[in-house]
Amino acid sequence: MLQVIRADGEFDPKVEPDLSHEDLLRMHRYMLTVRRFNEKGMSLQRQGRIGFFMESTGQEACQIGMSYCLGTNDWAFPSYRDPGTCLVRGVPLSALFDQIMGNSADENKGRNMPVHWGFAKWKMISMSSPIGSKLLHAVGVAYASKFRGEKSIALVSFGEGATSQGEFHAALNFAGVWKTPVVFFCENNQYAISLPTRRSTASESIAIKAEAYGFDGVQIDGNDVLAVYKATKSAIDKARSGGGPTLIEAVTYRMGGHSTSDDPSIYRSQEEVEMWRRRDPITRFTAYLMKKGALTEQASQKIMAEIDAEMARVVKEREAIPPPDPSTLFTEVYSEMPWHIREEAEEFMANEADRGQKGGE
Amino acid sequence: MTLSNIVQSVNETLRTEMRRNANVVLLGEDIGRDGGVFRATAGLLNEFGPQRVIDTPIAEDGIIGTAIGMSVNGLEPVVEIQFLDFIYPGFNQIVSELAKLRYRSAGHTPAHVVIRAPSGGGIKGGLYHSQSTEVYFTHTPGLYVATPSTPTDTMGLLRTAIRNPDPVIFFEPKRVYRTVKEELPADEEFAIPFGKAKVLREGTDVTLICWSAIVHTCKEAAELASKEGISVEVIDMRTLMPFDLETILASVRKTGRVVIAHEATKISGFGGEIAAQIAERAIDSLQAPIVRMGGFDTPFPYALESTYLPNPERVLRAIKKAAGY
Repeated sequence: MLQVIRADGEFDPKVEPDLSHEDLLRMHRYMLTVRRFNEKGMSLQRQGRIGFFMESTGQEACQIGMSYCLGTNDWAFPSYRDPGTCLVRGVPLSALFDQIMGNSADENKGRNMPVHWGFAKWKMISMSSPIGSKLLHAVGVAYASKFRGEKSIALVSFGEGATSQGEFHAALNFAGVWKTPVVFFCENNQYAISLPTRRSTASESIAIKAEAYGFDGVQIDGNDVLAVYKATKSAIDKARSGGGPTLIEAVTYRMGGHSTSDDPSIYRSQEEVEMWRRRDPITRFTAYLMKKGALTEQASQKIMAEIDAEMARVVKEREAIPPPDPSTLFTEVYSEMPWHIREEAEEFMANEADRGQKGGE
Repeated sequence: MTLSNIVQSVNETLRTEMRRNANVVLLGEDIGRDGGVFRATAGLLNEFGPQRVIDTPIAEDGIIGTAIGMSVNGLEPVVEIQFLDFIYPGFNQIVSELAKLRYRSAGHTPAHVVIRAPSGGGIKGGLYHSQSTEVYFTHTPGLYVATPSTPTDTMGLLRTAIRNPDPVIFFEPKRVYRTVKEELPADEEFAIPFGKAKVLREGTDVTLICWSAIVHTCKEAAELASKEGISVEVIDMRTLMPFDLETILASVRKTGRVVIAHEATKISGFGGEIAAQIAERAIDSLQAPIVRMGGFDTPFPYALESTYLPNPERVLRAIKKAAGY
């Protein structure tokens, strides 16, 4: 299993990726932002201020490490546990809150459940809830890039639970046959809601599955942001230069529940959670940066304070934005509204206007 | 004058659209070297090459899912599902992804994919090469559903489907793939808009509504009825989503009697939707209960196929039931 930084922050300079202090600090800041975003999302849901949330605490190294390798023309298909991918792509924090709040500023008009990311401008296609289906979209997007002779690649991330789906098989099979420039990034966080990995697959690893499709699979320490960066960078370089797909299995841990509707203490032990807490990706990366002299305790605290202040400001600002207008219910089902939807929309809007005149009911 | 059948019409339309637009690509099982099991794509591999005429592994989820990705990244895929009966492994991709991409991305990343699928019985195909399950798709907002019955309509509607920015499920009436022949329009811009039914035969006593292969059975039944003094107006819907309610209502207001005939099983068939629309909007015009004549509510049989399929006599009985009320 590829590892650059050990759990205690020690590292082997021979395998360190070539990243400037500036890059390393930016990655660190993103990881801290994701951690705080998760805390904020959970808290907003618990207070009834948003309807639903799925946290990705413990998986910050995966999100930041893999997306830091992407170029602006590349395509990303993040999972619901990858808000960090959105941030690294350039999506402002405010847009993430617009999404989870489903307000009228959300670019997808509040139509998706929280954490279903999709930001067209940043080449991130909106996602559905059935897992595994988007892997095929990444293969198709990559096919089209290759078809036109472009250098862009597609990176799709998903949990190990998705590897049980038939679409996982179809996607890897098609990608192998077509040799499309796509990177499959599996965040093996040990649980598909309540099902442990060993009961999702009898394979010795997720990575080994790639062998059956005729391309490389690599297993890496998913709590080591530099291992993630290094493995993804190499897979992307390979894809870009015509070498075809790679499957990366990042071994990590979902520190929280599956979602706000779930109590993980039913299906896993506190000892296990504590063991993984000692492998925390942020603690480890912080220790590494300090050992390298890139970060001090004081600077770290200052960054955290800045993030907290920004988070509080953005939440306050975005919560003031009203929900989408009811008329948006009916638009963009088709490119042109067919008569039967128009009829429903007109009847509904007339009733709304009626209600409005009577002062609401 | 050259007469073409429906398979030739599909082939010709795909060829002209691919010549016109380099982004149109085809995906499916055996569509390249083999030219498709019905030969609808014969010769296209030679003309357009393997990057545009893609022989895929046997996986309908893979075919439809990758087509969605291609579409999001600028291509305009036309998928062939070998038989409609094989589409279900790709059902999640159609219902959860293809149909909803435009809506859930608020129009930012729509997917424009045409899925062609030969449908209906009559080729000795048994349970899994015979079904007519158009309502699975009309029930899903975001999809267009086309159901042509003739070579000319196939050309006009397929061209509209390929140029339309929305996803289209395109049902091809395989029973009459080679039996119905017409001279095709030479105009390479010839297209038929969705949502426009066609009155095939004017009549004053009974309105007979149908689509896909059974249209030809209905025409025969109307002829038989006329010999018994019943004047039947035959309407070919041509598309079910959107569907042309105006043409239906105008006819119903004239005749007051309605038969809806489809090959799909009767329960929850699209005939139920049409009947409900008529009841909601033109019940005062009705002089008789609406008669629905569908396939039997059983799986599609093998040995008893010709007994199962609605024939002109069965349609005639339905016409008489409406006329004699």
